[in-house]
Amino acid sequence: MTTKVITWLDQRLGLTAIYNLVLDRKVPKVNWWFTFGSASLFLFVLQGVTGVFLAVYYVPDPVKAYDSVQFIMNGVAFGWLIRGIHHWGATLMVIFVFVHMLRTFFMGAYKFPREITWLTGVVLLLATLGMGFTGYLLPWNQRAYWATTVGTEIAGTAPLIGDFILRILRGGADLSAVTLARFFAVHIWFLPAVIIALIGVHMYLIIRLGISSVPTDDEQ
Amino acid sequence: MADSHEVQRRDFVNIVLVGIGSVIGLIIGIPAIAYLISPAVKVQEKEAWIPLGPLDGYPLDSPVLFSYTRSKINGWEKTVNSYGAYIWRYGEGDSELRVYSNMCTHLSCRVTWKDETNIYFCPCHDGRFNKEGEVVAGPPPRPLYEYEHKVDEGILFIKHMEA
Repeated sequence: MTTKVITWLDQRLGLTAIYNLVLDRKVPKVNWWFTFGSASLFLFVLQGVTGVFLAVYYVPDPVKAYDSVQFIMNGVAFGWLIRGIHHWGATLMVIFVFVHMLRTFFMGAYKFPREITWLTGVVLLLATLGMGFTGYLLPWNQRAYWATTVGTEIAGTAPLIGDFILRILRGGADLSAVTLARFFAVHIWFLPAVIIALIGVHMYLIIRLGISSVPTDDEQ
Repeated sequence: MADSHEVQRRDFVNIVLVGIGSVIGLIIGIPAIAYLISPAVKVQEKEAWIPLGPLDGYPLDSPVLFSYTRSKINGWEKTVNSYGAYIWRYGEGDSELRVYSNMCTHLSCRVTWKDETNIYFCPCHDGRFNKEGEVVAGPPPRPLYEYEHKVDEGILFIKHMEA
């Protein structure tokens, strides 16, 4: 019965072909350092799912943001768990993406023909840091407020255009309701859209080119 | 081939995979569903005895309005609703009184007691109730809501019920 259903679907969707292409790829003998890309992808999905759940109760407004987070933590069943996973997942994702970048760099995996994989990876790393920066403000507690004050001030120290950048980040001269609203929008719409698109390119290139093998001495 | 009664390696792996998968699914699924539905199934305290002060303070025969507020918390929002109760003592005794809600049974406007005409009058659609809370004229479908009440050590209490 199950086999019949799977065959029926496979004939129409070509699942086996996708499976063979994506998961049954030929892979050189590699080590654990090569798992950080997959781990980063998993963490991104985890952040996406927990983020969608948090959006059910979170309100991006200075008056209500803090109380809505308190409600998630104390008023909703398992709210502490979902926010906890999102919180620690964020930290872990920054570390994993960074380690993934280091592995790619030290193993020279960014060279021909994988330059575009590397370039999309650079943007993905920056977008991940952007997610961390924008997400940090959302709980709207003292730490969030002052961290963002300092973060935007740092951007403001850039020569000539510093003040302009600061104003764009804050949506005005002050850290305000506008700042919270735009950080929220960037956190849940702009950056995730960029990340999803670039992960698509990144994955396509990995499937198309395969992964590089561990550099060895005898290649010299 | 091994005896068909025996569990094959492949079957064993499949069974274990389905089993572990189900456990993981439950561990993830139950908190996820509980998270989404928990505010919907949370029951808030709906009854409360409201103290209205010493019974002696209320005059005989003429209904007097007592206003009180109840606050409600929905998620991160606190709302305060105000209610009104008319206390009508028709005798000296602790049980010789009636307490009516000032909410019109038609469309929830507030009724006012008029001493000169001896009726509760609702300004919205000309609803009228007599001293016993019964409908005398106008569109209200039911008599005024009557509060359950008690007197404890001279203090009058009414039982507040959320609709």
